Amino acid sequence: MIERFLGWLGETSWSVALLESLYVWPLVESTHVLTLGLFVGTTVMMDLRLTGTAFRNVPVTAFTGRLLPWTRIGFAVMAATGLLLFYSQPLRYYHNIFFRAKVVVLMLAGANAAIFHAGVHRSAGDWDEDATPPRSARIAGAVSLTAWAVVVIAGRLIAYNWFDCDLQPQPGWVNRLAGCGAGAAGAE
Amino acid sequence: MLEPFFRWCESTALGRAVAESVWAFPVIEAVHLLGLCVLGGALLVVDLRLLGLGLTSQPVARLARNARPWLVGSLVLMAATGVPLFLSEAIRAYYNTSFWVKVCTLPVALTFTFLVRERVARRDADPPGATGRIVGAVSLALWLTVAAAGRWIGFS
Repeated sequence: MIERFLGWLGETSWSVALLESLYVWPLVESTHVLTLGLFVGTTVMMDLRLTGTAFRNVPVTAFTGRLLPWTRIGFAVMAATGLLLFYSQPLRYYHNIFFRAKVVVLMLAGANAAIFHAGVHRSAGDWDEDATPPRSARIAGAVSLTAWAVVVIAGRLIAYNWFDCDLQPQPGWVNRLAGCGAGAAGAE
Repeated sequence: MLEPFFRWCESTALGRAVAESVWAFPVIEAVHLLGLCVLGGALLVVDLRLLGLGLTSQPVARLARNARPWLVGSLVLMAATGVPLFLSEAIRAYYNTSFWVKVCTLPVALTFTFLVRERVARRDADPPGATGRIVGAVSLALWLTVAAAGRWIGFS
């Protein structure tokens, strides 16, 4: 079902044009990579504050108030360019184990951010100036740092076809994780 | 003239080891990207502030002091991972325009960051004013050029 849809998506003329374009695809990919500096960069700075590692004399709400809009802009650009890249080769990415790992950890990072904002951040007024934030805030920062690092590494490795379905034989667990089967035959 | 030097680079043990391994280049490259993330954050916190954006409630000097170890640390990490990546494909780099754009802009960006930007950030004029805005914009433009040229090495 999903495979048929993604197969169809990858055969739409815009998807083919995007994948085959000499400059548009590299420009979209470069924007995706360079925006890491804005999105993950500002996230890392905020997490360093939350873990009490750096910016210990800067109030936490300065980060969550004034820097977060920039993080959001970065995320919007990453998401838009990322979706375009996925659209250029949907079936291949769908069956790529690094892509799958990236999506899972991405959701974990999102859940962690949501829990932080709905939870301990609500009382940030009480510990705003504390050099070392409360334990749950430090954990949120540490989880965020780890999750985004994994997302970046997995994202970079998507480019490599080591475990692609059309490169057989692969160990059974690789094929299971990549969802390689009858429907994946056309995934290249 | 420099070509023999680049050939020698590629023949070094480290260059050959990275080139011959399936995993080494991608893994080192991924760590290079992690360095880019930290570098981007450490630069932006201060540059946005110089431009009158971002953490505007904080003095520039305080942000710059806090960001400095992460700025220096990420640059060291990027150099430590960038050199083996270069060694593994030095001859290709020699004939790659993007590589030369990157290598020529990098020393300019480094000099500007540690000689000009550092002084302006420490002086801590509040609000930063025209000088601060120009320094913040030039810093972002220089590092964006280095990063964009770096990414384009793989495409050209």
